[in-house]
Amino acid sequence: MKPSNEGVPPAATAGGAAAVTAPAAPGRGRGARERLTPPSWLALLFLLPALLLLGFLVVYPIVYSVIRSFFDASGGSFVGFDNYTGVFQGHDDLVAVRNTVVWVVVAPTLVTIIGLFFAVLTERIRWATAFKLVVFMPMAISFLASGVIFRLVYQQDPDQGVANAALVAIHDTFKSGTTYPGAGPRTGGDQPVHEQGGAVLGSAPVQAGQTALMPLVKVKPEYLPKDAKPAAQPPAAKAGQVTGAVWFDFTKGGGGEPNKPNAGESGLPGVKVEAVRGGKVVASATTGEDGTFTLKKVSGAVTVRLPKSNFTASYGGAEWLGSTLITPAIIGSYLWVWSGFAMVLIAAGLAAIPRDALEAARVDGATEWQVFRRVTIPLLAPVLMVVLVTLVINVLKVFDLVFIIGGGDPNANVLALEMWTKSFGGGNDPGAGSAIAVLLFLLVLPAMLFNIRRLRQERK
Amino acid sequence: MSTADGTDVTPDGAPEGGGTDAATAGAPAKGRAANGAGNGAGNGAGNGAAGAPHRSLASRLVGRAGGTVAQVLLVLVALFWLVPTFGLFVESLRSTEDNNAGGWWKVFSHPSQITASAYSSLLDKPDFVDSFWNTVLITVPATVLVVVIASLAAYAFAWLEFPGRDWLFLVVVALLVVPVQVALLPVAKLYGNIDVGGFKMYGSITGVVLFHVAFGLPFAIFLLRNFFAAIPRDLLEAARMDGGSEWTIFRRVIFPLGGPAIASLGIFQFLWVWNDLLVALVFANTGAQPMTKWLQSQMRQFTGNIDILAPGAFLSLLVPLVVFFAFQRYFVQGVLAGSVK
Repeated sequence: MKPSNEGVPPAATAGGAAAVTAPAAPGRGRGARERLTPPSWLALLFLLPALLLLGFLVVYPIVYSVIRSFFDASGGSFVGFDNYTGVFQGHDDLVAVRNTVVWVVVAPTLVTIIGLFFAVLTERIRWATAFKLVVFMPMAISFLASGVIFRLVYQQDPDQGVANAALVAIHDTFKSGTTYPGAGPRTGGDQPVHEQGGAVLGSAPVQAGQTALMPLVKVKPEYLPKDAKPAAQPPAAKAGQVTGAVWFDFTKGGGGEPNKPNAGESGLPGVKVEAVRGGKVVASATTGEDGTFTLKKVSGAVTVRLPKSNFTASYGGAEWLGSTLITPAIIGSYLWVWSGFAMVLIAAGLAAIPRDALEAARVDGATEWQVFRRVTIPLLAPVLMVVLVTLVINVLKVFDLVFIIGGGDPNANVLALEMWTKSFGGGNDPGAGSAIAVLLFLLVLPAMLFNIRRLRQERK
Repeated sequence: MSTADGTDVTPDGAPEGGGTDAATAGAPAKGRAANGAGNGAGNGAGNGAAGAPHRSLASRLVGRAGGTVAQVLLVLVALFWLVPTFGLFVESLRSTEDNNAGGWWKVFSHPSQITASAYSSLLDKPDFVDSFWNTVLITVPATVLVVVIASLAAYAFAWLEFPGRDWLFLVVVALLVVPVQVALLPVAKLYGNIDVGGFKMYGSITGVVLFHVAFGLPFAIFLLRNFFAAIPRDLLEAARMDGGSEWTIFRRVIFPLGGPAIASLGIFQFLWVWNDLLVALVFANTGAQPMTKWLQSQMRQFTGNIDILAPGAFLSLLVPLVVFFAFQRYFVQGVLAGSVK
């Protein structure tokens, strides 16, 4: 599973202790028992290797870290709680604290909700096992590999990162994607069109029943749509209409009369055209494949305008790894990894719910939603709790994903990473590193006490 | 679900796991009571029979429509889960120029872009090949040692009697949640002091292995103790009556019976250690570094060396994936055994 579990399996951390049971009660006669019970020094032999390792590499370090956290970077002088207050001072440290809070609040909740959602949905389908395998699979691979995978997914260029490619595709489905960045009117006076505030305006007002020619130049070939047809003369305008043409006023191979749609020139399809009078849009249209348009229901004199949106660069997707989105983006990859875990646990919990409880509620006329809300969820509550607590413990330690995807961006920092940076990654301050480590340890203490309490209850 | 028998890992729990059964026992009783009351009222009013078929027809229609929506949704989700890994795989099979020129999905229109050149040049790098073998040299001993040491301790906790046994087991359970961060600095210092005849613990494979073993032990002992404790007492006592030593009993009776639990534990431990980056980052020097650390060191300028990172990451996740798909039953069992209870 994950390296950052650090030997503490997600599973065992929270509810695990509950499973412990006392060994079967002694049932034999006293004499037989004594003969059969091996001496206690033998037990020590069996335990010795484990106790040595746990003692030197787990218990002693906890004590050492606590003491070390009260000393300065060199370890020479006692500084009291300075290392602890230092965690909450300075911009970068506060960002790490804030991000850790965001992680702990958001990630476990979302993973549990998604897991519950999947577990409920898979109950109805036949290929549930296959689905569960697919969603559970990321649990088996390392956070490093997941990090590399998601750095590729989140690449900024929509031609490389699949996240932005999908965003742009969705965006373009709902909004016409045809734009002509950089295109504009021919410069110089006495042209039929001119540029104003990014938009292109007809220089002379047009009356209803007239036509407007809107020649554009500087159209970059890569933005010219494949379905563009050769430029055409606009159709004759009927009463109450303004017709016109928007085209690329450049003849390949030279020649051609400027400001007239000549043979060999291309129409510009998909351009939005507006008729404006007194600053208000009174009619609008979009050019066809040959660049012609018809503005309907126009009366009096209007100005033909090609709004700015025609000439701004197309939507490029989100800045996933920029300063604002980076933590949500990394949490997104965490969801990808851990949802399978929540799903499998919750599905097992669902399977253990007695069918007749649900049937009884249905017979009583409860809707499926009511059954889910009033019967399933309360019955699942202990499992959901276990999942949530396990994930909180795990999220506190999240290191690899932030380290790999964040790539050192201070906006992505969290406490577990800050601990490494302070101690080993160039911070060179074991005092501050120890303080953060002890802080993380204190934050998982409630879970530790929870485990012990459940263990003792089971014993009784 | 086939994992229901996975709960065998701690047989005392069975499907109605410890934590849940209080609630599950309470609510169904409530449900049944409501059921009874509902039937009674329905029969009394005489319209119970008329109401039921009407409802079931409507709910069946809703159910069918809902089922289709759920199917479509789940297909989309499954795709969503597969695409990122698939993308990495495709990028690892294209040249750097192709990857810089356009996204991996271009391969569908240009299948000729597929080439194994990135893999062959990666495998020509001796330090990558070394790091692969280091991963193996770290993972295999760390897994075997955890299984052996934890089995011994779990046997003592389950079947041997000694003063302070319950108390000591509580300590082990408490150590389950200790974050690894708390041990990094102290153990680094401890390892730094170990320098025997030219062997330096800090930076060595041995140091990394021992750290993984120590932090794997609490869960391992916890899991195995629960399993061993559920082995029938008669079996053990019969062996003791026959005069078998505790060591023989452990070897011949307990260890073989612990198969499923040991399999779960072994897979868990294998995957944790194989996938670890943080411990290796702190304790392994360049000679002892596993694949994860080597790949991390290649990350400085990310976009520049995708020809190394994509195939490297894919090779590093190949082994865990194979292990996962081969033993997924035990893997899921381990997850369930450790937590639902």
